[in-house]
Amino acid sequence: MKTRRYVAGGIAILASLVVFVVPFVFILLTAGKGRAEANQLEFTWPTDWQLWENVVEVWNTRDGMFLTAMINSVILTVASVSGMVVLGAMVGYVLQRRKGWWTPVANVLILAGLIIPPAVVPTIWVMQGLGIYKTLPGLVMIEIAFGLAFTVLLIRAFVANIPRELDEAALIDGAGPLRLFFQVVFPLLRSVIITVVVVQSVFVFNDFQNPLYFLPGNENATVQLTLFNFQSQFNQMRNLLFTDILLITIPPLLMYMFFNRRIVAGLTSGAIKG
Amino acid sequence: MTTITRPRATTRRRQRARTSTHHQAAYPLWFLLPAIVIFTVLFLVPTMSSFYFSLTRWSLFDIEFIGFENFVTFFTEPSLSRSLTNTLVYAVLTSGAKVVLGMGLGVLLTSQIIGRGYLRNVVFFPVLVSVVGVGITFSVLMNPTEGLINQALALVGISGPAWLTDPTLALISVALVDIWKGVGLATLIYIAGIVSIPQEYVEAARVDGAGGVKAFWYVTVPLLWPATSTVIILSLIGGLRTFDLIWTMTHGGPGFSSDVLASVVFKQYQAGFYGISTAGNVVLFVVVTAIVLPVSRFLSRKEAEL
Repeated sequence: MKTRRYVAGGIAILASLVVFVVPFVFILLTAGKGRAEANQLEFTWPTDWQLWENVVEVWNTRDGMFLTAMINSVILTVASVSGMVVLGAMVGYVLQRRKGWWTPVANVLILAGLIIPPAVVPTIWVMQGLGIYKTLPGLVMIEIAFGLAFTVLLIRAFVANIPRELDEAALIDGAGPLRLFFQVVFPLLRSVIITVVVVQSVFVFNDFQNPLYFLPGNENATVQLTLFNFQSQFNQMRNLLFTDILLITIPPLLMYMFFNRRIVAGLTSGAIKG
Repeated sequence: MTTITRPRATTRRRQRARTSTHHQAAYPLWFLLPAIVIFTVLFLVPTMSSFYFSLTRWSLFDIEFIGFENFVTFFTEPSLSRSLTNTLVYAVLTSGAKVVLGMGLGVLLTSQIIGRGYLRNVVFFPVLVSVVGVGITFSVLMNPTEGLINQALALVGISGPAWLTDPTLALISVALVDIWKGVGLATLIYIAGIVSIPQEYVEAARVDGAGGVKAFWYVTVPLLWPATSTVIILSLIGGLRTFDLIWTMTHGGPGFSSDVLASVVFKQYQAGFYGISTAGNVVLFVVVTAIVLPVSRFLSRKEAEL
């Protein structure tokens, strides 16, 4: 039994090194190489380690486009995730507390939001009508609209565990609905909100398709779009391309290091209850 | 019994009715309003109107109603209709692999092996990395002559295929990368499912004389239905809607050999054929709902039987 534990573990670790670790090490090594060496695509230690020079060069490409893109991505992520959380919490809370004819309607809409792929050109048409096409606020609203269903689903399930007596106590103490929600209930949602924030931030930050459709153009590109554009521009500068990949992998990595448990909780919430 | 409990139940119900009317003001429906406005304007209206727009010839300059012509084009033009079969193949392949590998890894990573924590992290991490980054990395690794994968295969005497440039293989190669990136999520869901199974069930089966394989097949696998159905539904939705990975790795090529519905929608949009693009969206809508809804109903019925 004890040897099996080591043998199985050993084999699994070896396999994981080949399958999962090598691609990431490859990114790191290529990002550390000079141009000629990187273009050979080999899995070797850089003869001359120049990661920092590459970072500086990526940073300076096209007048600091990387920094602009990073700022855009951060604004996009922070704004749309905050929007999702506040609006989603209000909806999840009222839907759980107050049942009525709208409950089945809401269930259908949540399901629709989860599975239906957005219709691209009609969405652009609507956004143009509102004057928010190709604007960052427009993309923020798009991300909120597409992310709401999942957020409401998680929060509504969590609200069910908060005793109603608490609401009643607050009401007897004279709190209005706004105070009841924002000062009593919202703080209690903390743990599910952290989960939503982490999962949705990773999702929005890594989103490629929505910025591609709804925020085209170079002046307000997000990091995923710049990376995609670099793919053709840096075709013969693989070191810079992989430095770029390395740089935009850092934010999700940090998220994972700090909120590992939360991510797991959020993503597996459907697994046990179904 | 009933005669005693019934009056109490009614008074309680009456009480609750009174308090709930009293408290309805505490849960105002206008809380739903901002979310409904955004969701309706940016999701429901475009989705509904897509059915109309798919019946038009629509360009930057004008719009003209042409009936089902776009759909006829869509299904008769091989470069477009190919995307439908590709989408289905891709979705089935990735979901199937994620179920099998995810369950296997889930069992492995809940057993008593060394390096468990490390393994869980390393399998899961690709889930969080940008799809574009993964796509670019693997299109380099899958380079037919210089790529790391084929060079490694050459070391053991296998001449590796032209992963992304062979028309018969390109779609499969992208699907493999999708599995690589997504299997961590499936594993995680299975781990949560396995941990929630009471250990007594497996032990009881063992006592009744079931071997390890039998106990796994007749006890663990059925009890993992909720996890399996979550994995299937999630990967079907993701697989049918897939775009990012295809677009960064092959652009639907070579030729149209790895085009999926979502990439056709984008290509037609770029070319200015908004009507056909929207028709593609409608086809995608129909495919997703026609597959995901019955499958999820079937899976949850199966769950209820247990």
